[in-house]
Amino acid sequence: MASVAVIDYGMGNLHSIAKALKTASAHSDVIVSADKDTILSADRVVFPGVGAIRDCMNALHNTGLGETIKQVANDKPLLGICIGMQALLQHSEENGGIDCLGILPGNVVRFPKGLEDSNNNKLKIPHMGWNEVNNTNKDPLFNKIDQNERFYFVHSYFATNVGSENVIATTKYPRKFPCALRFKNIVAVQFHPEKSQHAGLQLLTNFLNWDGQS
Amino acid sequence: MGLAKRIIPCLDVDNGRVVKGVQFVDIRDAGDPVEIARRYDKEGADEITFLDITASSDDRETMVHLVEQVAGEVFIPLTVGGGIRTLEDINRMLKAGADKVGINTAAIFNPEFVKQAAERFGSQCIVVAIDAKYVSTKDQPKRWEIFTHGGRKETGLDAIEWAIKMVSYGAGEILLTSMDRDGTKIGFDLELTRAISEAVEVPVIASGGVGTLDHLVEGVTQGKADAVLAASIFHFAEFTIGEAKQYMQNHGIEVRL
Repeated sequence: MASVAVIDYGMGNLHSIAKALKTASAHSDVIVSADKDTILSADRVVFPGVGAIRDCMNALHNTGLGETIKQVANDKPLLGICIGMQALLQHSEENGGIDCLGILPGNVVRFPKGLEDSNNNKLKIPHMGWNEVNNTNKDPLFNKIDQNERFYFVHSYFATNVGSENVIATTKYPRKFPCALRFKNIVAVQFHPEKSQHAGLQLLTNFLNWDGQS
Repeated sequence: MGLAKRIIPCLDVDNGRVVKGVQFVDIRDAGDPVEIARRYDKEGADEITFLDITASSDDRETMVHLVEQVAGEVFIPLTVGGGIRTLEDINRMLKAGADKVGINTAAIFNPEFVKQAAERFGSQCIVVAIDAKYVSTKDQPKRWEIFTHGGRKETGLDAIEWAIKMVSYGAGEILLTSMDRDGTKIGFDLELTRAISEAVEVPVIASGGVGTLDHLVEGVTQGKADAVLAASIFHFAEFTIGEAKQYMQNHGIEVRL
């Protein structure tokens, strides 16, 4: 049975992502682990996260799991979610500026204040709720997922300068920002597939079926 | 097209059962929370909120198990409120599978608690619940104050100032309930909702008073709410969530269908 490890670095609720992965594929053995060897021996790895980037980076540093993620990023299918996606990039301006793992190109910046929609209604921060995801129709991560399907977001910071060739989906709030990235064997999403009902489970199924190359 | 307005059914839970009272009395039994949550998920609820309305220590265990069970099969955001007083209470609910916790009374007695909670768990999971009541007499400027204990105890705190303060302490969302309207089915307090929504940067969930689908529409169009919360119109199957969303869309509101 193929195995998927969910990295447990002490940040937030891993129950939902583990249950969602089990529901997405009965053929995968889902392991929640903080152990380096266990993670490195899994067939694929999920790097989840909620909260603030400083706590995330501190936890990765203190547990040594940041190095483990860098090793995973070399050759295994890896899925970063929310803060897990942001932590893969170079730098975040959250918490006064924090260096991230630097595995993928790009930086993390805050939504500017005073955003409005086309009807001049104030847009709130965090960007919280179900928004449309426009995918490039090319990546296997979005197999069987409708164009402009809604996924659940909750974040105040977003990725920028990631290289347009690495962007596999975008969302508007109100300007377009990259919400899904693909870089060789690594995929990363800003939204929460584990909280995005059918579409989210389909995306997780796609990740579990993905060979990390196509 | 952009971010959808959310419809959030709320389950008031007492001893493991869903109940609904009218202005916190006359409690009617509305069923098993897991079954109801399952039904709401199927109907397209954008999130589900559980409110522990007795919050005795025995009930806390019941709530933890309930959240675990629902989180194991329903993959949309779950919020748990009622009796959240310590960082450990939050930790347990998040570990059980909740995505957000609602803090109400504990924030009033100790505002620093909200700050600590946001620092430890992140603002994204801290919802501050505000129970507000209209207190102005005739010819006075409009004023709403915070009440505790199901609307029975006054605090003297101005609702708008309180909302601003809670956001500055790290609240990621405000759940605003009008105690004048809760359970009455005559509609949200739209002026209150709009005043709070325009005063803060974070999303505001309007609650208290929904009796018709037009009330949901008004909450968004006039109250400027980012999400609308209702209980009894869904529990007793007057409307499905799908019908409510379709109705909102027909009135020009962007929803997830």
